[in-house]
Amino acid sequence: MIKLLGILLIAIGFGFRWNALAVVLGAGVVTGILAGFPLHEVVGMVGKFFVENRGLTLPIVLMVPVIGLLEKHGLQERVAAMMVRTKAATAGHIFWIYQALRGALSILGISLGSHAGMVRPLIVPMAEAAEKLPTDTPEKIREKVRAHGAAAENVGNFFSDDILVAVGALLLVKGFFDTAGVPVELDALKRWSVPTALWVLVVGWWRYRALDRWVADKRKGGV
Amino acid sequence: MKTGLTLEHFFIAMGAFLAVVAVRLAMNQGHPKRWGSAAFWLLLAVTTGAGNKLPNELTGWMVLAMGVLAATGQVASPIFKTDVKAQAARAAKLGNRLLVPILLVPAVAIVGGYFIGSQLALGVGCLLGMAVALVLTKDSPKAAASEGGRLLELLGWALILPQALAALGGIFAKAGVGEEVAKIVSISLPVGNPLVAVVAYCGGMVLFTVMMGNAFAAFPIMTLGVGLPFIVKAHGGDPAIMGVFGMTSGYCGTLLTPMAANFNIVPARLLELRNDYAVIQAQAPFAALIWIFNVTVMALCVYPK
Repeated sequence: MIKLLGILLIAIGFGFRWNALAVVLGAGVVTGILAGFPLHEVVGMVGKFFVENRGLTLPIVLMVPVIGLLEKHGLQERVAAMMVRTKAATAGHIFWIYQALRGALSILGISLGSHAGMVRPLIVPMAEAAEKLPTDTPEKIREKVRAHGAAAENVGNFFSDDILVAVGALLLVKGFFDTAGVPVELDALKRWSVPTALWVLVVGWWRYRALDRWVADKRKGGV
Repeated sequence: MKTGLTLEHFFIAMGAFLAVVAVRLAMNQGHPKRWGSAAFWLLLAVTTGAGNKLPNELTGWMVLAMGVLAATGQVASPIFKTDVKAQAARAAKLGNRLLVPILLVPAVAIVGGYFIGSQLALGVGCLLGMAVALVLTKDSPKAAASEGGRLLELLGWALILPQALAALGGIFAKAGVGEEVAKIVSISLPVGNPLVAVVAYCGGMVLFTVMMGNAFAAFPIMTLGVGLPFIVKAHGGDPAIMGVFGMTSGYCGTLLTPMAANFNIVPARLLELRNDYAVIQAQAPFAALIWIFNVTVMALCVYPK
C-alpha cells in the first residue's frame, strides 16, 4: 500500500502545477526507496531507464534544426500563402482531413507525422491561414485552434493502429495473450479495431465543426 | 540489411548538437538564466552523447541535477523576436521548394523503415532533410544550430519529461505498483457482475493510463488483475474483443494525462501555447465520447449470447 505514495505525490504535484520534471523524478526516487531499494540503486535505475529511453527525445532534437532553418526562411508564410488560394477551407476542415489521413496511413502501419515534423511546420500554419487569423488575434483563439491541431495528430495516431498491417499495439496485445496462455486470433483483433477507428472520425467531425463555430462566434463578438 | 550505422551514432550527434546549444548559451551575456540554462543543456548533452558509457548511478545523479535546475527556475528562455517581414520576403523567393525538406523527412523515414528500422530511418531522414534545407536556403549550419537551439529553448525541460516518465514507469514496474492498484480495483468494486466488470476494466485502463502516462504499461496490469479473471474466466468473455476495446480505452486516458508528456505537454510547448494543459483540454471531449463508445460496444459484444 505504501508503495502507492509515489502516485499520490504525482497527483498532488500535477494538481498544484509544481514543476513536472521535478515531480516525476521525485516520485520515482520516493517509490524506489519505499519499495526497499537502497538510494544508490534507485539513482542507478533513474540513470539506466533515462539512457535506455533516449530514443523518445531523439526525433525532436534532430528535427528542430531543420524546422528552425526553414521557418527562418519563411516556411510558415509560404504555407499561409498557399492556403489563401483555397477559399473554402476552415481550420476544422484541415484538422479533420489531417486526422483522417493520419489514421488511414496508420491502418497500414505507417506513421506519417509527428508534432515536430508535421503539426508545427505544416498543419497549424495551414489552419491559421485558412481561418485568416490576423497577427493580432487574441491569444485565447489562437491557442484553442493550435491545441486542436495537436489533438488531430494524437487522435489520428492512436485509434487506427495496424488494422491491415500489424506492427505495433495489436502485436503487443497478441503477445500478451500468448504469454498468458489465452488463445487469440490476430485477425479478430484487427476486425474489432474497425468500429473505434470509424467512430473517431465522427467524433472528430463534430469537435472540429464545434471549433469552427466557436472561432466564428468569438470573432463576430468582436473580441 | 546490416549497416555500420547504429542509433548510438545519432545519440552522439544529438549530444554534440546539445553541447553546441549549451556553449552558445554560456556565451550569451544577455540571457536571463545564462549559467543555469547552460548547465542544464550541458548535462543533457553528456547524458545523451555518453549515457551508455557512463555508470548508471552517475547518469542518475546528473538527471536528478537537471530536475533540480528545472524546479528552481534556472532553465528559462529569453524572448525571441522574429522578423516577419524578412521571413515573408525570403518565402516569396524560395516558393514551394521550402516544403521539400519537410516532406522528405517522413518519406525517407517510411521507405527506409522497411530496410533499417523506423528509428534509424527517421534519423537518416532528418539528416537528409537538413542537408537539403541547407542547400535550398544557402544558409550556414551555424544558422541551423542557432534556430534549432531557439526551438529547444522554447521546449525547455519539457523536452526530457518523456524520458523521466519512462524512468518512473521502470521504477513503478520494479516496485510492483501496478499489481497493487489492480488488487485495489478488483476488491473495491463488485466485479462479479459482468457489466460492472466491463466498466471497471475500461475505467481502470483510463485511470491507470492517466497515472502511468502509457496505455501499454496499463494494459498487462489491468488485464491480468481484472480483465482475464473476471471478464474472460468468470463470465466467458471474448479475450480479443476485450483486449482491443481495453487498449483503446487506455488511449482515452493518454489523451487526458500530462504524464503522456510527449503527446500532450511537449506539443503545447512546441506550438508556443501559454497553457501547458491546452492540448489536454481540447482532447477531453474526444476522450469522453470515445470511451463511452468503447464501453458500450464492449458491453454489448464481449459476452456470448
